[in-house]
Parts: sequence; C-alpha cells; structure tokens
Amino acid sequence: MKIMAQMGMVMNLDKCIGCHTCSVTCKQAWTNRTGVEYAWFNNVETRPGQGYPRTYQDQDKWKGGWELKRGKLRLRSGGRVKRLLQIFSNPKLPTLQDYYEPWTYEYDMLISTPLGEHTPVARPKSLITGKPMKIEWSANWDDDLAGGPELAPNDPVLVKIRDQVTDRVKLEFEQAFMFYLPRICEHCLNPACVAACPSGAMYKRAEDGIVLVDQDACRGWRMCVSGCPYKKVYFNHSTGKAEKCTLCYPRLEVGLPTVCSETCVGRLRYLGLFLYDADGVSAAAATENEHDLLQAQLDLLLDPNDPIVQEQALRDGIPQDWLEAAKNSPVYKLAKVYKVALPLHPEYRTMPMVWYIPPLSPVVDALRETGNDAEEAGNLFGALEALRIPIEYLAELFTAGDTAPVSRSLKTLAAMRSYMRDVNLGREPRPEIPAAVGMSEEMIYNLYRLLAIAKYEDRYVIPKAHAETARDLEELACSLDVSGGPGQYKPGPFGAASSRPVPVAVETFHALKVRQTTEVLIPLDAVRMNLKNWHGNGTTND
Amino acid sequence: MNSTDILLWVALPYLTIAVFVTGMFWRYKYDKFGWTTRSSQLYERKVIRIASPLFHLGILAVLGGHIMGLLIPENWTDSAGLSEDSYHLMAVGLGAVSGACTLFGISLLIYRRRTNGAVFAATSKNDKTMYIFLTAAICLGLVTTLVGSGIIGDGYNYRETVSPWFRSIFLMNPQPNLMAEAPFSFQIHAVAGMLLFLIWPFTRLVHAFSAPVQYLFRPYVVYRERGPHDPGSRPVKRGWERVG
Ligand code: HEM
Ligand code: SF4
Ligand code: SF4
Repeated sequence: MKIMAQMGMVMNLDKCIGCHTCSVTCKQAWTNRTGVEYAWFNNVETRPGQGYPRTYQDQDKWKGGWELKRGKLRLRSGGRVKRLLQIFSNPKLPTLQDYYEPWTYEYDMLISTPLGEHTPVARPKSLITGKPMKIEWSANWDDDLAGGPELAPNDPVLVKIRDQVTDRVKLEFEQAFMFYLPRICEHCLNPACVAACPSGAMYKRAEDGIVLVDQDACRGWRMCVSGCPYKKVYFNHSTGKAEKCTLCYPRLEVGLPTVCSETCVGRLRYLGLFLYDADGVSAAAATENEHDLLQAQLDLLLDPNDPIVQEQALRDGIPQDWLEAAKNSPVYKLAKVYKVALPLHPEYRTMPMVWYIPPLSPVVDALRETGNDAEEAGNLFGALEALRIPIEYLAELFTAGDTAPVSRSLKTLAAMRSYMRDVNLGREPRPEIPAAVGMSEEMIYNLYRLLAIAKYEDRYVIPKAHAETARDLEELACSLDVSGGPGQYKPGPFGAASSRPVPVAVETFHALKVRQTTEVLIPLDAVRMNLKNWHGNGTTND
Repeated sequence: MNSTDILLWVALPYLTIAVFVTGMFWRYKYDKFGWTTRSSQLYERKVIRIASPLFHLGILAVLGGHIMGLLIPENWTDSAGLSEDSYHLMAVGLGAVSGACTLFGISLLIYRRRTNGAVFAATSKNDKTMYIFLTAAICLGLVTTLVGSGIIGDGYNYRETVSPWFRSIFLMNPQPNLMAEAPFSFQIHAVAGMLLFLIWPFTRLVHAFSAPVQYLFRPYVVYRERGPHDPGSRPVKRGWERVG
C-alpha cells in the first residue's frame, strides 16, 4: 500500500442556480487569451442537454477514457502503437464546431461609422477567421432548455436510458425535469489524458494529485484532448499546446480555494483532501462490473482517522498538517461517510475526483405540484420510488446506471430535509427518519451543518503547500502593463507559439490571501493588484 | 573544380551542419515552449485526415530512402548480393511511390492552408517560408528520381558520386569534385536540401525531432513532484530576451 493525498471537490447540485459565475470568473482568471477563447475550464451545462463540447459523453463516438479488454484496462482509443500510428491526424479530435466558434462584435463600427441614414450595427465577427459570421452555437446555447424536443434526442445520457427502457420512450412534458451540472477537470486518480499523452508532458502531481500539462514538454500531439472522456483538456490553437483546469493550484498552495469555489453564488463547492491507496488504483479501475466501480472507488479512499492509515501516511511522506486536513476533509465525509456524493461517470474508469451530490429539487418540485407535502419524509421516499426517469437519468450520470446509490443519496437528503424541518419548527424530532436511511440523529445534524449552514471554513479545508526552501514570496512580476508582467509576454520571433508561456501566477497569491483575510486597510501602492482579485479593502485607483 | 564548387560542396554543407546543430540546441534550450507541431486539426478535420498521414508516411519513407541511398556504400549492398539492377528497380519503385504520396500530401496540405479561412488565418510568415523551402526540396528531389532512373535522359547512378560526397562531408574529408561532376538536377536538389536544413531549427519542422517513441516504454500514468519551489508556476529560466 502506498498512501497518497488527492485534492478533491464536491458540488452540491441542489444549490446550483445556473448563474455561470464560476465559469465567468474562471475564464477571467485563466482563459481570457487568444487560442483558448473557446475553452471553458469550468462550464455549467443544463441537463438534460448535449453538454459541452456537444455529445462529449457518447464514448462510442469519441472513444475517451478507458475500457476493459479481455479483463485488462486499456484506453478506449486503442493501444500505444495504434495511437502513435494515428498521430499525424487524430481521428477522434473534436473540431471547433463541436465546441463552438468564438466571436466578438465589430464594436468599432458603432463609433467610427460616418454619419448616415442607417444606424450603424456591430456585426458578429469570428475570432478564428476574423470574418463576419453567423452565430449558431456556443458553449451554452441550450442553457435552460432542458434538452427540448430538438436537442434532447441528442443527449447521450437520455439516449442510453431510452434504449434500456423502451416502454418509457416519451419525454413527456409532465415528466420534464432540469438541473445544472457545473463541470471542471476531474483530476482523476487514473487519468486517461495523462495515459494518452505521447510526450509524457502531462502528469499527476505527487503531492496533491492535481493533473497538469508541462507547457515546455507538450509537443502538440493533441492525444490528451481525445483521451479525456470529459473533454476537459483543451488545445490552445494559437500556441499549439494543451491546456486544462489547474485546480487553481497557485491559490490552493497558499490555502485559498479555487476561483470557481470562491465565487460560487450558491456556495455549493467543497474542497478537501482524500487519502487513497495509489497501488490499488489500476485494480480498482479494472473492476469487471460497471456497477461495482463506485464501490471500488470508495474502497480506495482511506479513513484518515484510522491509526494504521495515519502511520502509513506519515511513512509515505504525507506531512502532519496535511494529515490533520485530511481528517477534517469535507469531501471525504460527503463521499465516504455520508455517502451522498457520487462521482461523474465512473464507467469511464478514470476514477474522477470531483464528486456530485445529486439534486433532490426536481423530485421535491414534482411532488409539490401534485399538491402533496413535499417536505414529508414518507411522501418524499414514495416520490423517489415513483419518479423513475429522473433517477435513471441521474444514475446514468453518476453510477453507471445503478439506481441504488442515487436513491440512497437522495433519500438521505430527503431524510435530512424532513428531520430538520421538525427541529426548526420546534416539533419533536423523529429519530426514525434518520434511522430509515441508516443514520443517527447526530450524523444527520452534522450533514445538515455541512450542507445547509456550509460555513466557509467547513467547505474549504486546504492545507498549504510545503515550500520550506522558498524565499518569502514576492511574486515574479506583475501588473499587466508593467515590464515583466504578462503584457510583456508577446509572441516570440517564430509566432505566437514561441517565446515563453504566460506564468500562471500573475500576482502574489500570498499577498492576495493576506488582503482577503485582513481587517486592516492595506495601502494599495504597497501591493500591485488587478481588479479581478480586488478584495474590497481599499480602492482600485490609487 | 572552381571556387563555386568549394563554396557549394564544402562551405555550404559545413555551414548547414553548424547552423542546424547549434540552432536546434539553442531552440531546445531557449524555446521549448515553441517546440510544437502547432496542429491545425481543431480548425479543419476532413482534409487533414487524408493529407497529413499521406504526407508524413511519404516523407518518412523518403527519409528512409535517403539513408539507404546516401549512407550505405554501394559495395555493401553489392556484397550483400543485391545487384545494381535490382537495387535500382527497388529504389525507383519505392522512391516513386513515396515521392508521389509526399507530393500529393503536401499539395493537399498547402491547398488546405490556402483555402480554409481558419487555417489560413493561423498560417504565419514562418510557415509560408518553410513551405516554400520544403516544397522546393521535394519537387527537385522527384526530378532527381526521374533523372536517376532514366525516365528522363539516360539514367544516372548517383551512388557513385553524390553518395560518396555526402559521406565525405561527415568523414571530415570533403570531396567537392565528386559533386561537381553530378548532373545539374542533383546539384540543385542538394542545395535545396541544405537550405531546408539551414532554416529547419527556426521553423515548426523541429517537431520531427521529438517523435515520441519513448511513449512505448513508459508507464501510463506519470507522477511528478511539485518540489519545494515557490507557489505558482516554476521560475521561468528561458526566453528570447535575457532573463533577469
Ligand atoms: C516522425 C516524426 C513526425 C511526427 C510524429 C509528425 C507529426 C506531425 C503532427 C502531429 C502534425 C500536426 C498535424 C495537424 O495539423 O494536426 C504535423 C504537421 C506537419 N509536419 Fe510533421 N511529423 C513528423 C515528421 C515530419 C517531417 C520529417 C516533416 C517534413 C520534413 C514534417 C512536416 C510537417 C509539416 C509541414 C506539418 C504542417 C502540416 C500543416 O500544413 O498543417 N513532419 N506533423
Ligand atoms: S477529467 Fe481531467 S484528469 Fe481526468 S482524464 Fe480528463 S483532463 Fe485528465
Ligand atoms: S457559481 Fe455556483 S451556483 Fe452559479 S453556476 Fe457556478 S456552481 Fe452553479
């Protein structure tokens, strides 16, 4: 057994209002550059829907992730030799049309057009070709449509459950349900992107399991893009290098949550450590029956309160403060102790480490519409039995189609709702409600505190990176227009693809942390800053 | 033999080698970030599906042919029992097929670069220059195949002049007189080839030297330690401008 630490995330889908704040702040922070205009490291898709890029979940088409071939784990796109033979043109690479063609508007026309009879208009212009274009799709074109009659038939998840349950073909309006699915890179334990990268430029960080692309070692073979079943590696078409969600590692390293978590309006994201057995990953990912993959993945996660695990973890080089953080990890609790969080598409066999608490709201809403008491445990449990389609859909997303874990998770949430209603209304609490889902009253209450009160320090338990040898951290250099800042990172003599990568830490994250947590007003000329990370202390114009 | 011959068949080859080696070294050291295929497949998928494999497999076969023809002395193949005639037949046959694939492939690639708006917008001056030199070398090379095989003219056994000259360069005993005797078509192809290698380190062609064969031997999942450096990206130690 070799114990390693993994930074993981849990998202509580019930609370997502689909506002896209996470996507926008992430874009502002990481992908507001040429070459990745079309890339959203964080995107929020409406389900049912086609997702982004369109139909990415259809692995018969895209061949992402792993599969079992004669009991052995291998990439669905084939073996190593086959991949090398296909290197000259990757048959499974999505094109921009599968994402969308990014555009801007000719704003300049509005002010520079000479006075005339007609009001000037700002036509859309492609950011790729520079030519006028017709906008037909975008990263979020089907936002809030819940599929709809034209798009729903293309949702790979719906297609699957429809094939399986032929008599429930119709997507009747009364059965309609909708929820949002925010997605980032899963920072998988068994990352298919890393396995597919021919040059070995992609790697999993040994300390915290974050999956990164070495920009100097990437040679643009673009195999990672098709290898990832979640399509969360993006090809920067300007630099010719792959880029992906970094889990905001420069922020995590100083103890700050990721940008998407920090700015989430619903405060629904949780960050914390998992301890797992690295030696067991391949065997777990090669579990025969897809329905057993969830359990195999849970079995990899070790109990940080177990003294044997602690001892081994220390021996394997996990620092003491990280061990403490693992004990308080909200993500471990939600995934393994309360068993309410589920991984997205475990059947891809990448062992994803972003987990989801499935949404109970569609069920509650449906129940309320029938005129029943939608907070009553009995009613909710009954409804969970009756409303098959949403549950099958969720199961297809989170448990490879096995409805039992989804039902259990939703029942736990339902139990929490009705138990806490009694508590809040001053009625006699009913211990039989938690008992019905195999929990004690205390557990239900703790779950309630974690999910409903959701204090900042309970949501994010992030140990700092160890940089013992590092100097006190003065950032590389930093405002956008100052010499040495990112503004200086102009293309080199061989076009956009040469010269230096823009450093990810474009400002002092340490200073940011101090600013965000301090009570004192820090004079701004002391720290260079930009608006994106404005902390509210002081002003932006000094 | 005159001074032009010395210039072309002694000075130019050594200059090419010097520039190529230092150029590659320098580019690798200072511009790893620029070392990429800069794939354009994201823009366009259909044409490249045929064009790129056709071109690459063709050019790799052509490369193999050059190694055979230039590096392996004629008497080796003779003593291996391969007669001049059968060698010739084989070389011309394979050479013509791979040459045709390469030519057709590169024509498609250039056509695609020119006609697809997105690909054209992403084509740099550097790419255009590279394509001129590359296409010139390929076309002139095909002409030498035709001349050498006797399809044009009476045929010519370049393995008695061009090849020994090529080896003499690397043996540090240059023999320009051998090349001076060769037909004009061979001479101009050799010059075009050297010019291509002169600009090679400064174009996207560098990607050919990072063909990822090591992929076959490494474990699937790569782990790397973050190490004890400062938070954020690791210090930038390279660049066109002097650092610091
Ligand atoms: C074995 C080594 C090689 C490998 C693995 C390789 C691979 C690639 C790949 C993946 C691309 C990008 C295709 C795309 O747009 O998606 C590419 C482009 C290209 N390669 Fe290679 N290559 C190799 C050797 C060569 C050689 C020897 C040459 C020429 C002498 C060459 C010339 C080119 C050119 C001109 C392009 C640009 C094609 C375009 O117009 O988009 N490559 N190569
Ligand atoms: S989700 Fe992230 S870690 Fe997993 S395969 Fe895709 S890019 Fe790699
Ligand atoms: S910011 Fe939060 S609530 Fe808004 S879309 Fe993102 S995850 Fe959902």
